[in-house]
Amino acid sequence: MQSTSRSFKQNAHHALQDATLQRALGNIKTGFQEKRRQVIAALPEFEALRDAGRDIKNHTLANLDFYLERFEERVTEAGGVVHWCRTPAEARQTILEICRRRNARTVTKGKSMIAEEIGLNEFLEANAIEPVETDLGEYIIQLRHEPPSHIIAPAIHVTREQIADDFRRHHSDLDPNRRLEEPRDFTDEARAKLRDRYFQADVGITGANFLIAETGSTVIVTNEGNGDMTQLLGKAHVVVASLEKVVPTLDDAATILRLLARSATGQEMSVYTTFSTGPRRPGDLDGPEEFHVVLLDNGRSAMLGTEFQEMLRCIRCAACMNHCPVYAAVGGHAYGWVYPGPMGAVLTPSLIGVEEAGHLPNASTFCGRCESVCPMRIPLPKMMRHYRTREYERGLAPGTVRAGLSLWSFLATRPSLYRFVTGMAAWTLGALGRRAGRFKSLPMAGGWTGVRDLPAPEGRTFHTLWAERQGAERRGSGGTGR
Amino acid sequence: MSSARDQILGSIRKSLGRGALEGEDAARLHRRLATPSRNLIPDRTAGLDRDGLARQLVGKLGEAACSVDEVASMAEVPGRIAAWLQRENLPARLVQAPALANGLDWSKAPTMEVKTGTADGSEDTSVTPVFAAVAETGTLMLLSDAPTPTGLNFLPENHVAVVRRSQVVGPLEDAWSKLRAARAEAGAAAAGAGMPRTVNLITGPSRTGDIEQRIQMGAHGPRRLHVIVVDD
Ligand code: SF4
Repeated sequence: MQSTSRSFKQNAHHALQDATLQRALGNIKTGFQEKRRQVIAALPEFEALRDAGRDIKNHTLANLDFYLERFEERVTEAGGVVHWCRTPAEARQTILEICRRRNARTVTKGKSMIAEEIGLNEFLEANAIEPVETDLGEYIIQLRHEPPSHIIAPAIHVTREQIADDFRRHHSDLDPNRRLEEPRDFTDEARAKLRDRYFQADVGITGANFLIAETGSTVIVTNEGNGDMTQLLGKAHVVVASLEKVVPTLDDAATILRLLARSATGQEMSVYTTFSTGPRRPGDLDGPEEFHVVLLDNGRSAMLGTEFQEMLRCIRCAACMNHCPVYAAVGGHAYGWVYPGPMGAVLTPSLIGVEEAGHLPNASTFCGRCESVCPMRIPLPKMMRHYRTREYERGLAPGTVRAGLSLWSFLATRPSLYRFVTGMAAWTLGALGRRAGRFKSLPMAGGWTGVRDLPAPEGRTFHTLWAERQGAERRGSGGTGR
Repeated sequence: MSSARDQILGSIRKSLGRGALEGEDAARLHRRLATPSRNLIPDRTAGLDRDGLARQLVGKLGEAACSVDEVASMAEVPGRIAAWLQRENLPARLVQAPALANGLDWSKAPTMEVKTGTADGSEDTSVTPVFAAVAETGTLMLLSDAPTPTGLNFLPENHVAVVRRSQVVGPLEDAWSKLRAARAEAGAAAAGAGMPRTVNLITGPSRTGDIEQRIQMGAHGPRRLHVIVVDD
């Protein structure tokens, strides 16, 4: 996919003025955040499981070559094939050849971020093969010719009214009097439309949340069941996965599964967690005749051993973007490539380069919420700072930013002075804005207040609040393993 | 082998600052795979007896939006399914997994139209057994095999799963142990280290939140998942 990450600032500016988008983004807080909070409160071991999940992935990454070789052995034993691909171009070509061998006219697709990363749909279309997205959200954005704006809710930026228009435009047999208002109306219409497509498809392509070295299984986690229909009814099942998806055993997957759905949608388990191992067996009444795993590197092996290695622990749960104030304000498209939000701000420059995406690590307030909710304990703000430093050192940042950063670093290396200055600023802003609670404009911050109000600070700095909170927690800690 | 493969493995090793693992380093990892150990397991189901596990399962199934019926024996199952279909206003016809063909006696539900096999998309309701039921989260584990085709779990609008109490386990890890034991016993080591083609973990009926984050049942898979827990 072509990146527009360079234009993050302009993209964000447009997003902030897009009233429809702003309405759609409003659902994040009541949806994802609140559900996650509740389901985690019901599992006392959650914090300890985060440690366990981090340790499993660290162990796997330190032995990644070993586990990938074992995974390949098991896939081969089960009658499948692993295709190692260094670049998106190699992955696309591999998939095209599989499709050609089967004379494929249409392929169904389960949701896959790697397929987005390699620009698979455009490539298949250019080669006269029709890709059909089956995840409802992906289906909607395919109709709209848009990239996903969220890694687990790709159409989160679209409202019901817009979807109704899209369906009426594309479903030519749709009765003009048919009601398209309630979410149920859309689900029924898409369900009916996609049913036939599953049966027509020659090849079914899915992603993978995990690859299991112990058994040679690929794992998908979904709520709709579309990925299952895709792999069950296609004549060949092609799994596209990046190499850091591997974990050693089924037990390791069980541990990370306890983190994944809770962090993503606030469920204890997603509805369908499916382990696929090889093609259909003799005697089976259904299932694909071929099983292929397209294993993509695309720069990941080079991230190992660097300060960005920890990013490879990511399980794509989206908690970081669901809790990110910048994401909530500008949505996913502003980030300009496949992966938005805090995880995208770190991963995108790693995969497509600092020249292309060096701005993204600046799309942060460094509030630290992403790290605090990340189930794999990925230090996202620290890694964004690494990129900022790199960008700064390479002189890619404009002069005003450099001046501001110099001042900031002067203060930041002098903690008592920093506290004094920020304390004064917070107090002043708090006193000024106390009556209305918000600022319509601020000197020197027109870039922000031009499109939205800045909430007036309470009059205390983060440092003060943090110190108070730590004190309160120490006093009130009941010992639930924090 | 392919040069892409060698290059990727080489690049990983270069980044990690070492060559391929050998000797004791490799042996240790081989052992980790051959005798998988468990990580932290939530306390939730620890120490529960059979009744306790069944209660936990039923509670969790409810939370996952399943409907649940508890019966005393397999003989009661056909009648209960017929009654459920009637209550839900669903047609009195279904497709059952070949594995259940001998276990369910439909003569007690004579108006029911029953066929055996996999689903082709035209059926309203399927009936399947499960391999295990995970009380921790209300999750059903189903395996693909000739007597238990996967299509039954996804294509019909309504799925009835028959769980025997002896199949209920606490955490997911217990279901993995049960699977490994069963495959070892069957001597199925040839294919995929004993894994069937598909292992489905199913927690409730199909749903989507893709329309403005409002949850809707029956996105692609079954709209209803009805679980019958049989005392055995
Ligand atoms: S970075 Fe962490 S929170 Fe964000 S998607 Fe990855 S695992 Fe989830």
